Amino acid sequence: MTHVTAQTGAEDSLAPVLPSSPAQEERAARFIEVRGLEKTFAGDGAPVQALRGLDLVVPEGSFLGVMGQSGSGKSTFLAVLGGLSHPSAGEVRVDGIDLYGLPGERLADFRREYLGFVFQSFNLVPYLTALENVLLPLAVKRMPAAEKRARAIEVLGRVGLADRSRHLPGKLSGGEQERVAIARALVNDPPLLLADEPTGALDSETTTEVMELFAELHREGNTIVMVTHNLEIRRYFDRTVVLKDGRLEGGPPAGEAG
Amino acid sequence: MRLHHVALGNLRRRWSRAAFLVATLVIGVATVVTLLTMSRALTVQAQNELETYGANIVVAPRTDDLSLSYGGVALGGVRLQARELREADLSRISTIPNSRNVAIVAPELLGAVEAKGRQTLLLGVRPGDEFELKKWWRLDGRPPAAGDELVAGSSAARRLALRNGDTVALDGRDFRVTGVLEPTGSQDDELLITGLATAQRLLGKPGKITLVQVAALCSDCPVEEIAVQLGDVLPGTTVTAMQQVTKNRMHALDVFRTFSYVIAAVIIAVEALVVFVTMMGSVNARTREIGIFRALGFRRSHVTMLVLLEAALASVAAGILGYLVGMGASYLALPLFAEGLHVTVVWTPLLAAGAVLLAVVVGSLGSLYPALHASRLDPTVALRAV
Repeated sequence: MTHVTAQTGAEDSLAPVLPSSPAQEERAARFIEVRGLEKTFAGDGAPVQALRGLDLVVPEGSFLGVMGQSGSGKSTFLAVLGGLSHPSAGEVRVDGIDLYGLPGERLADFRREYLGFVFQSFNLVPYLTALENVLLPLAVKRMPAAEKRARAIEVLGRVGLADRSRHLPGKLSGGEQERVAIARALVNDPPLLLADEPTGALDSETTTEVMELFAELHREGNTIVMVTHNLEIRRYFDRTVVLKDGRLEGGPPAGEAG
Repeated sequence: MRLHHVALGNLRRRWSRAAFLVATLVIGVATVVTLLTMSRALTVQAQNELETYGANIVVAPRTDDLSLSYGGVALGGVRLQARELREADLSRISTIPNSRNVAIVAPELLGAVEAKGRQTLLLGVRPGDEFELKKWWRLDGRPPAAGDELVAGSSAARRLALRNGDTVALDGRDFRVTGVLEPTGSQDDELLITGLATAQRLLGKPGKITLVQVAALCSDCPVEEIAVQLGDVLPGTTVTAMQQVTKNRMHALDVFRTFSYVIAAVIIAVEALVVFVTMMGSVNARTREIGIFRALGFRRSHVTMLVLLEAALASVAAGILGYLVGMGASYLALPLFAEGLHVTVVWTPLLAAGAVLLAVVVGSLGSLYPALHASRLDPTVALRAV
């Protein structure tokens, strides 16, 4: 798999602001590094502590399952890990990059270049065809239109939807929409895939199909973090952590605290 | 795929909202186009009217005891002791600040000559300028061209029994009559009209003129101001501004134009507000979608651009439609304001471009805050469903 890295030719390359990467091996071993992560929401009443001092290290190429009950902080964790929500305290590093130390709009650039998001309810744009939805992350990227299109068609083919590229999301089944969402996440060839309950709206047969696709992506070397409360799919993960009340149940996995 | 593909897709998908936005802008643009077109057409018509009326400024020698009998110049008993102007001074007229408003300068030399034993008024003119100035003159024949040609006013022709093609001696010199003026009801009927240089020689006043008639097209400046400027460059003259009727009409047009601008400004302000409300509604309805864009790596500026792009695309369509509707409305409304006068609606590319620009500016201004608001939306909203 070819990751989009700091050497990308994209218009908004992160290269100028990236810190020097650690040695290759060290970098791979600590691909995702979370230290003392806290997130508190200030509501109308008392502040709600969604994350309470999380520490986690995920090596490159892992398929990490983040499990837990509703309200345990799974989605908040994924949002913070995905550069969508600033933590109240702590640090998140991906591939050596301190996400929340990035200046200005570089966090948006990071999401575009480093992450592929797969949302629970697909979150496809309803007025764009499957192909256009897949092209969406490339819309703000400077590259030849033909190249964009070829890449989008390639990933649509990869998820088995080459013949459905002109269909609007409303004309696709739930499983097909999920696969379009996965293709959209893959189109930038990101180093990290984040999936938020991707099987939440699917029947068991389609869930299996989708999870086989994720497993294949994992076998190809993709790093995947998937939030789910579905125990049935636990077997696909090579690592699992459980969140409870904003903490990793049982503390951080052995050997990761330091 | 580029941002405008997304913008177009959204406009297509939410076509009713887009149609409302376009309709709002069309109404405003069409109103402005109609008002400007009518104002322009009426102004052009008034200018034509002014031209048809002839001179609106007369420059005559300053004198204390001259009684008026023709064009502001006293001829009491054909006793022309009035001071005269020098033809060479006319070149100064081109130096006044408002010289671009001066359309015609027609110098005239008046004098008495003897024709067939009768004292007759002779008017020396530059035929080209004089006939251009006095569009109401109807001539049976042609204006004098050569030095020994003249045109006779209707009364003078009758009195002297002159017809087109006749020869008549003035102070012993033979002139051929090249035309006879139809009756004008003015003192012009009493005149024999010849070239200015010929008259100067015949009257023994080389380089002299009696008065100057000036046609100033002045829809956007006061005629009096031009008169003052002429007085400044032609000392020793009396400069009289005329055409009160046209001035009143111009004033009415100015009032109409000012009123138009006020109405246009109010309409533009209201439509900007409607655009704002519509776009805010659109942004609020697309919170999740905008969250997706942000999650996928769109910068805030990309989201701002996307919303403004949608507004701009709708605005361009509205500008074109608004121009067409406005011109159509002008055709319908103009006869109501022109009071039976011949007024033409002019299609100008500049106004068309202005209409599109106006729509884009209003659309963009009305969408600016919604666009910024959209760009500030929290991308975590996209993950809210979990």
